[in-house]
Amino acid sequence: MKLMEFLKRERKKSASVAKERLQIIVAHQRSQRGQPDYMPMLERELLEVIRRYVHVDDDAIQISLDSEDNCSVLELNVTLPKS
Amino acid sequence: MAKIIVVTSGKGGVGKTTSAAAISTGLALRGKKTVVIDFDVGLRNLDLIMGCERRVVYDLVNVIQGEAGLNQALIRDKRVENLFILPASQTRDKDALTQEGVEEILAKLREEFDYIICDSPAGIERGAQLAMYFADEAVVVTNPEVSSVRDSDRILGLLASKTRRAERSDDPIKEHLLITRYNPDRVTSGDMLTLDDIREILAIDLLGLIPESEAVLRASNQGVPVTHDASSDAGQAYTDTVARLLGEDVPLRFHQAQKKGILTRMFGGSRR
Repeated sequence: MKLMEFLKRERKKSASVAKERLQIIVAHQRSQRGQPDYMPMLERELLEVIRRYVHVDDDAIQISLDSEDNCSVLELNVTLPKS
Repeated sequence: MAKIIVVTSGKGGVGKTTSAAAISTGLALRGKKTVVIDFDVGLRNLDLIMGCERRVVYDLVNVIQGEAGLNQALIRDKRVENLFILPASQTRDKDALTQEGVEEILAKLREEFDYIICDSPAGIERGAQLAMYFADEAVVVTNPEVSSVRDSDRILGLLASKTRRAERSDDPIKEHLLITRYNPDRVTSGDMLTLDDIREILAIDLLGLIPESEAVLRASNQGVPVTHDASSDAGQAYTDTVARLLGEDVPLRFHQAQKKGILTRMFGGSRR
């Protein structure tokens, strides 16, 4: 049985791997589209400041800038580890 | 009033210059008065693909800096009427281009021509941004390959933010996808992104699909844009592309693997 499964198992086609990888990277690129140039730097520095007090991972911080009628809202989400 | 179309891609080597040459030739063959401008200052190649490298006297930078008139720099194509080439400089660097200079040249060309095709350099820096800045439409040349698709997406981001239409909040630039070097056999075997994969990821209109073809290298060897090779698959695919650019509804060709007959299998048929 195991042998049959092994024989029938098809190697994942490289094109579908390419597509999955692209979908992820393009979605990420688009989320950054149109944001001000200083955002990546701001994100890094905020992370540094937070790390002076708590230890967090690189992906523990989420930052986004939304503009409404005549003001922009900077939203910052930090996931802190359980203490 | 001419339409300004930028041929761009982000990634190098995907076929921007080949496509700019083929599309401008196709437009001129359809009777449209067309000029194709090489924005790749320092690494000009459009003249070579168009087969007019020995007739370059003045270039884009000379005109911008007032060392030559626009009409002195324009090269008339020897094969098609209504087609002109404005070559890039080979000796200067990209800083020799100024936005005001480019704007002035485009304004003059706009009065005389139906179509202005801007052949962008690779990358996303100054030269590429200037090539797209004044565009009305963009042809994004993409290979069925991860780095090319990702870079095309980056270019789409720039088209939507760093162009005059974007800055003035005019109607956005019309974006067209042109897939080049497509190999239906490899798509069938699962080793190449499909047409629909690329369309789905980039989410823009498909303008054309150019199959990987021996005719393209043959054309560039000879300095004759591949559109002239009407018997070749790539030549026909570019002719279809131009028709769609002119608003015609042309069905897609060359996207499916050819079934090989027994004779081709035995003797191996060469691709047109």
